[in-house]
Amino acid sequence: MEIAVIDYKGGNVQSVLYALERLGVEATLTADAEVIRRADKILFPGEGEAASAMQELRAQGLHEVLPTLTQPFLGICLGMQLLGTHSEENDATMLGILPFEVKRFPAAAEFKVPHMGWNNLQRLRSPLFEGLREQDYVYFVHSYYAPVGDYTIAEAEYPLPFSAAVQHRNFYAVQFHTEKSGPVGTRILENFLKL
Amino acid sequence: MLTKRIIPCLDVKDGRTVKGVQFEGLRDAGDPVALAARYAQEGADELVFLDITATNQKRTTLIHLVRDVARELDIPFTVGGGIGTVADVEVLLLNGADKVSINSAALHRPELIDELARRFGSQCIVVAADARYTPQAGWQIYTRAGTHNTERDAVAWCREAADRGAGELLLTSMSNDGTKDGFALDITGAVARAVSVPVVASGGAGRMEHFTQVFQQAQAHAGLAASIFHFGEIGIRELKEHLQAQGIPMRL
Repeated sequence: MEIAVIDYKGGNVQSVLYALERLGVEATLTADAEVIRRADKILFPGEGEAASAMQELRAQGLHEVLPTLTQPFLGICLGMQLLGTHSEENDATMLGILPFEVKRFPAAAEFKVPHMGWNNLQRLRSPLFEGLREQDYVYFVHSYYAPVGDYTIAEAEYPLPFSAAVQHRNFYAVQFHTEKSGPVGTRILENFLKL
Repeated sequence: MLTKRIIPCLDVKDGRTVKGVQFEGLRDAGDPVALAARYAQEGADELVFLDITATNQKRTTLIHLVRDVARELDIPFTVGGGIGTVADVEVLLLNGADKVSINSAALHRPELIDELARRFGSQCIVVAADARYTPQAGWQIYTRAGTHNTERDAVAWCREAADRGAGELLLTSMSNDGTKDGFALDITGAVARAVSVPVVASGGAGRMEHFTQVFQQAQAHAGLAASIFHFGEIGIRELKEHLQAQGIPMRL
């Protein structure tokens, strides 16, 4: 199985490669459109700021390649937000693969931003979560979120419900860090590799 | 519901953990990766590695450590200790660190926080602040391992650090550190109220109820400790079960 991890200088890619290595899976870190098109599975991790990530994707022409992909695709954290249409983070136009707009968490005394730490998953509805239980904990670090919609396949609350995971066709994405979410995160990665 | 976090801190020198570690069943208690894996298995929510190496080999050993920890562990970790430049932070993040903490360098040149947050995002930039109380001056921030008084007010500095883009504050009370009499609830609470980012409380943990207090009375988001975990005085799972029973949300 050929696994491509998309390299667009989007931060902490190494952790995703290590997580795959722990599963005994080899992956290629690449920005090459041909390698990406040929891959059986694609991971799209990301951290950092939305507008500069989009700038980098455009510079590499990946903004045109990614929406055309048909194999199982997993966005992680910023890699999920980039699949939406727009982000409030520096008014960024995103890839537009899914119909959500990314918003900033409202700051409130009890609810600090970033939303950082372990929170539970609710209303799981995807083969991606096979073997998981409602309320299982995963690790989040983010200041922006995708609202709940038809595309939502798992929710979390902070304090309002938001999309912890989304799906459209072959495009799956999670807001939390699968690679940093202990055994629960590992199971999700395994499930994705079986899709 | 977002849980409160329990964070063991490992002091590392020349790639080895220092401060005696008394753990049964660890083949090599000085190996930070083995110790980290043990904590992860017991339910630690995150780990902090503080590098106290003072030699010029520091950078290389820290990169190796980060790589080894990231390869082995599936929970988040922060590295800190003498990190001073954008380049320092970049190499640690590229090698798998989730967050990097800066301390003296941020006080020396506060713009560094803005630069790091812009470059890498606030989510991975932790500002560590060491505060000490004196009746004359209240809580002030110290640097260079607590030897130098910056004479900056602790709450004002923490607020500035958050405004400049720190994604998290790691607040250590030097007045409480090592006492095992409990966290500094007043300054932790004051900082947690003053900033809009999560606050990790450090310094003074000796008993389980100290964690209850820092979460319930000071609104800390995470509690960090070293020796009580290293010496097995409090087990992480036992601590988390105790806190959960007190109504504090924990990942169990």
